[in-house]
Amino acid sequence: MPFALSPERDRELAEILSRYPNRQAACIPMLHLCQEQNGWVSDEVVEFVARTLELPSAHVLGVVTFYTLFNQQPVGRHQVWVCRTLSCALRGSDELLRHCEKKLGVHAGETTKGGEVTLRTAECLASCGTAPMMQIDKNYHENLSIAEVDRLLDRLLAGG
Amino acid sequence: MLQRTQHLTKLYGVAEGHRIEAYERVGGYVQARKALATTQSAVVDEMKKANLRGRGGAGFAAGVKWSFMKPHATKPAYLVVNADEGEPGTFKDRTLMERDPHRVVEGCIIGCFGIGAHAAYIYVRDELHLSKERLWGAIREARAKGYLGAKPFGRDYPVEVYVHTGAGAYICGEETSLLNSLEGKRGEPRLKPPFPAQVGAFGCPTTVNNLETIAAVPTVFELGGEAFSKLSALHHLGDGGCRLYGVSGHVKTPGVFEAAVGVTLRDLIYDLGGGISDGGELLAVIPGGSSCPVLLPHETVSAPDEKSPLHAWHGKSVLDVPMGVDTFRALGTMLGTCCAIVLSDKVCPLAAMQNLMHFYRHESCGQCTPCREGTGWLDRLVTKLLAGEGTLDDLDRIHEIASNIMGNTICAFGEGASMPTLGFVRKFRRHFEDHVAGKPCAAGGRLHA
Ligand SMILES: Cc1cc2nc3c(=O)[nH]c(=O)nc-3n(C[C@H](O)[C@H](O)[C@H](O)COP(=O)(O)O)c2cc1C
Ligand code: SF4
Ligand code: FES
Repeated sequence: MPFALSPERDRELAEILSRYPNRQAACIPMLHLCQEQNGWVSDEVVEFVARTLELPSAHVLGVVTFYTLFNQQPVGRHQVWVCRTLSCALRGSDELLRHCEKKLGVHAGETTKGGEVTLRTAECLASCGTAPMMQIDKNYHENLSIAEVDRLLDRLLAGG
Repeated sequence: MLQRTQHLTKLYGVAEGHRIEAYERVGGYVQARKALATTQSAVVDEMKKANLRGRGGAGFAAGVKWSFMKPHATKPAYLVVNADEGEPGTFKDRTLMERDPHRVVEGCIIGCFGIGAHAAYIYVRDELHLSKERLWGAIREARAKGYLGAKPFGRDYPVEVYVHTGAGAYICGEETSLLNSLEGKRGEPRLKPPFPAQVGAFGCPTTVNNLETIAAVPTVFELGGEAFSKLSALHHLGDGGCRLYGVSGHVKTPGVFEAAVGVTLRDLIYDLGGGISDGGELLAVIPGGSSCPVLLPHETVSAPDEKSPLHAWHGKSVLDVPMGVDTFRALGTMLGTCCAIVLSDKVCPLAAMQNLMHFYRHESCGQCTPCREGTGWLDRLVTKLLAGEGTLDDLDRIHEIASNIMGNTICAFGEGASMPTLGFVRKFRRHFEDHVAGKPCAAGGRLHA
């Protein structure tokens, strides 16, 4: 099935295109828009973006593979990123990550069997003063303790 | 010298401080209105007097950068604001976007006028969802008031501000990589020259400024350029104003603080940061984001030459030198983003270095062989040494690889990865040798007590 944006997102795309002097500049915002709807950037999404922006698909694919936030395969309903970089590591992010792996029964980079959560590590998320921290979907959770992480993961696993 | 100020942060902690009502209550948009009633060259002159050194890491004078922008016969000009904030240890720009986004918008209006642009793109890393939301909210509010759009403050000088987002790549903080990313391409840095002032966004003359640099612009005009500069203890070195300082890692009260330029690392760690946490002692401090070579507390300044910017601190501890662009360069490190990472003596410096090498290996864009291959080798070698499986030859090899990256790459990422590497191996030589000899430090590879 060819991919298409919902009418609402289609209107948003028109607004995005109005911000730039050419169509190519909308490539990254448009990929975000598509990923929001589809969960990941499939071949159909690449084709759709290429066609809409009048770009070669190879260009769009090149962009997708360059940036870590574009999912090149399906992911869980929620995404959890544990920051692993120095300021967080100095405040216990290692332990946090190990705890997440144990509780979710997956390694970083994997998705839980029920498809609830994809666990990942992230490089510095500009939250070093409130380390350790993790990002769940669009939200930051800072100054974390193991107990707090438990509470957050329980909510995700329960489908919250 | 610690001189707290409250210019950039006056709305921090104020309820609804991100709304236009709060911003206008504390004098917001008065400066943009005034600036737009003057001339472009008057704006640039004021910025030059302010000695506002770029807050993004390289410390280039913002007024001078703005003066490079020359009108082009056919091409428009652009202001691009760098809010990619990805340098490990750096978390200051985010606070401005979340808590005082109108200050950024006002800075963009004055900036656009100063450089002859009619559009500003604020490039925010995608993960900062609240920052993007707050910036868009501020743009909408300013537009509704007529401060943005066809006639800001009634003057016939259209200005639009847009938020653009990346998709997770540290290298997009490098200005030419950022421009490629803005244009919808892979975020690979471009060769310079041409510089952005000649060929920037969409092939047009462009100024790229860090977000804090732009957020400081309204304050420059509120105080006047010269008075702004004189806030600083380093006014005489052309390093003016106030700025945001960050401190993270092993301190009791990590956070972002505003003060006049001239704060020392001792002020930052022991006063603002509340001292070393967990009952440890200071082992080392990375002064301004991970690309700045590490400093140790027992190091002293050697600057017998009267012409050195450091001469006044000759013989003193490096912790007592005011943090400035030129003072820290003369110390053999960098001021960077002015956000320090503090390590206590309960942790292993090899583990800290390994953590950062993993970062650089992951974030190299891969265009230049010395950087792509070198960062991989550095990560593998330090990992091996950390595991106690390394030799003294490996230590020499680290030195050789890092030296081969420097000066042989398209962008400054290469130096950003190799300079801290050389700093770690030189300053922690004994720790490395102990690991090789099978007698690692008590922390035994740990980063967290
Ligand atoms: C690898 C690398 C990463 C960078 N990351 C950032 C960043 O996240 N934010 C930023 O403002 N500048 C960053 N810079 C510096 C920019 O290239 C540029 O110098 C800066 O945005 C200019 O603004 P300023 O003059 O106002 O400081 C980076 C530079 C390099 C080499
Ligand atoms: S130095 Fe590294 S990050 Fe910069 S262009 Fe070369 S490979 Fe890319
Ligand atoms: S190191 Fe984790 S947010 Fe910066």
